[in-house]
Amino acid sequence: MDKLRLLFEKTGRAVYISHLDLMRTMQRAFLRAELPLRYSEGFNPHAQISMLLPLPLGQESVCELMDFRVYADCDLAAMPAQLSAVLPEGIAVRSAYEPLRKGRDLKWLRVRGRFIYDNGATQALAEKLAQFYSRESIVILRRTKRGEGESDIRPAIREFSVQAQGSEVLLDAVVSAQEPTLNPELLVSALRQLAPELVPDAAYFRRTAVYDAEMQEFR
Amino acid sequence: MDERLQRILPRVQKPARYVGGEYNQIIKDKAEVRLRMAFCFPDTYEIGMSNLGMRILYGCLNDLPGVWCERVFAPWGDMEDEMRREGIPLWALESGDPVSDFDVVAFSLGYEMAYTNVLNMLDLSGIPLRSADRPGLRPLVFAGGTSCCNPEPLADFMDLMVLGEGEEIDAELLKLYQTALDEDWSKQQFLLEAAKLGGVYVPSLYEPVYDENGLLIEMRALPGAPETVTKRIISDFDSSYFPVEPIVPSTEIVHDRVTLELFRGCIRGCRFCQAGYVYRPVRSRSAEKLVQQGVESVKNTGYQQISLSSLSSSDYRGLPDLCDGLLDYGEARGISLALPSLRADNFSMDIMQRIQKVRRSGLTFAPEAGSQRLRDAINKNVCEADLLESCRVAFAGGWNGVKLYFMLGLPTETDEDIVAIAELATKVLHCWKQHASNKSRGVRITVSTSCFVPKPHTPFQWEAQVSMEEYKRRVRLLRETMTAKAITYNWHDPETSYLEAALSRGDRRVGNAIEAAWRSGAKMDSWSEFFSFERWMQAFESCGLDPAFYATRERTQDEVLPWSRVDMGVRADVLWQERERSRAATITPDCREKCSACGAACLLKGGKCDG
Ligand code: SF4
Repeated sequence: MDKLRLLFEKTGRAVYISHLDLMRTMQRAFLRAELPLRYSEGFNPHAQISMLLPLPLGQESVCELMDFRVYADCDLAAMPAQLSAVLPEGIAVRSAYEPLRKGRDLKWLRVRGRFIYDNGATQALAEKLAQFYSRESIVILRRTKRGEGESDIRPAIREFSVQAQGSEVLLDAVVSAQEPTLNPELLVSALRQLAPELVPDAAYFRRTAVYDAEMQEFR
Repeated sequence: MDERLQRILPRVQKPARYVGGEYNQIIKDKAEVRLRMAFCFPDTYEIGMSNLGMRILYGCLNDLPGVWCERVFAPWGDMEDEMRREGIPLWALESGDPVSDFDVVAFSLGYEMAYTNVLNMLDLSGIPLRSADRPGLRPLVFAGGTSCCNPEPLADFMDLMVLGEGEEIDAELLKLYQTALDEDWSKQQFLLEAAKLGGVYVPSLYEPVYDENGLLIEMRALPGAPETVTKRIISDFDSSYFPVEPIVPSTEIVHDRVTLELFRGCIRGCRFCQAGYVYRPVRSRSAEKLVQQGVESVKNTGYQQISLSSLSSSDYRGLPDLCDGLLDYGEARGISLALPSLRADNFSMDIMQRIQKVRRSGLTFAPEAGSQRLRDAINKNVCEADLLESCRVAFAGGWNGVKLYFMLGLPTETDEDIVAIAELATKVLHCWKQHASNKSRGVRITVSTSCFVPKPHTPFQWEAQVSMEEYKRRVRLLRETMTAKAITYNWHDPETSYLEAALSRGDRRVGNAIEAAWRSGAKMDSWSEFFSFERWMQAFESCGLDPAFYATRERTQDEVLPWSRVDMGVRADVLWQERERSRAATITPDCREKCSACGAACLLKGGKCDG
């Protein structure tokens, strides 16, 4: 037993824990649970953990994956409860296992979005949103590592559906998880740039599933 | 969570500090809670969560049945702007409920520069600032902490102030308050009863009287007011409460580690040091207990650093046992030990080397004054030979950086004393040249100076602070004298020290200036991005007050001091005697060598200090 993977949730108040802080939080949770987390060798050892798909600040997820290494065998069935008991509110571990697949096979991501319109959301509005995201191309300005540039986010949106409910429009989308990574926030940025009349007053996202290239659930 | 808040959070810096939910936070069932207390720390989350006093009281008060104590911190500027724009009142982290829902709103006052944050937090909570404008019993607004040893500057804003250590008195106070609520007392009735508890200063029971020149001539005790209010301490510190399950913030804070408290008080009696005087007498915790608390805390938090906190760690008798015990547990687990506030005189090579095995941290000494004469005058019992010996050990052991802290403007300081700072730094440099085990990396010697602030309840409480111009002249003199390239000189600006001097020895009128400053936008005054000296000067002026009257004026022995109703343990005549000895550069032996009968022993059950 060496390389292991965790499936965990990050919801509620925990969504404000940043990626870096989450790494530290996880590391401390392993220490609190007295689990044999492995550290790198050297003068400044760091915990051997990595998030497969870092979650943007403020978004919820029920399908986070984290790889880590251990230096001794441990009881995988007991681990979720052991860790959940010592994690902050909103982070709960669902399972721990020896992964069969590499992280790079992860391709698609299902997100649920809540677009909130303070003046109410109509079915007509929902339909306009659906039309917008099914355009042939959605070219937006975005900041990348190489500076500002134009890019078409449309190919990164695989599925999209909407439904109006009270003052909210509920979205269900499958977007590209990596290469390219589509941060769901860009769905709102696109509206801001191309269809300002559709911009919601607030938008919240939650990851609900991760898939491989064939749309099989990724574990 | 409030949806309005949820909308704001993505727009502010470091949102994690506003939401709570951290590991080990205390959540209670509201149905079983009778008294809710909002424990307010008037600074950022990162500073407040690093405060050991706050952690102790949080745990201690939440141990009381029926009481739920939650945390509140001052929002950063961006968050405050958003809150005011959206009309969201200040909330407590655990429940997310607005502070105005709480029965008790308590502030921890550790430094004067946080005073405007107190007013700002009350305002953000929608609570009237002045005690007189809060006629009802709810909410009770009070403060505790070191700054309360001069309660007067915030007297008009607080219903009461708690003097000394809070563990016992806070509990007594909350119990009395619960009775008052149950029996529907008036606020006045409650305050009169609270004043009888001992350690509770009720400002409205004292009336300052000034003469025609504006000099305080009496702190008049009104009916029901105790003649003096004596601070409270924990007599049996060894077995007192310590939080071994502290909250682990989910975001980085200033002191992100386990902190153990070795002892309270200090045996030394440095004459400039307020903490050294107001925390007397010294009481320590056994090494065995500390090791146990350290191990438990590490297990409960996952922290990998333990910091040993006290005013002077080298004076802790059990230090070798403590370090051994913690390192025995920690070495194999990669847990490092930080030992701040080591003295240069009895610096233990053995301990330093044991710690070094795990992690090497920078070396810091605070000789405070450059010459032996001035060190004697301030009773800082460090001699040059010891300091250089400590440096020799450190350099030979591979350290290549030393930080030296000094104060300029100490009473009796002359230009010779200032030049002596440069000479001392040069000797440290020579010491490195002679003894460094590894010269290839060079050496960094940093000299820092700050402007001395005379504080209440110290032998220097009557002294004038040097003017800002004079401080700057002394800085120039030192800068011109200190020429070696390997020595870096940093000096603090005198503006903050000047204001601190005016606030710390202020009387009740200064409260008006604090309010005026806050009304014109002052907050977060210990942060340079917010501090405006001009704003403060205008605030004083608008109230017809001169900060120089408080900061740079020498008091006579018979002047009535604003804190004269407060007894922090050490008798005023002893303070004056120490001031006289200072003038003669006569040192006073430490408590262990020879008790000078300062009065603090009377605070202890049994009446005897153990040193
Ligand atoms: S009574 Fe004596 S031993 Fe105790 S604190 Fe005062 S001087 Fe020190």
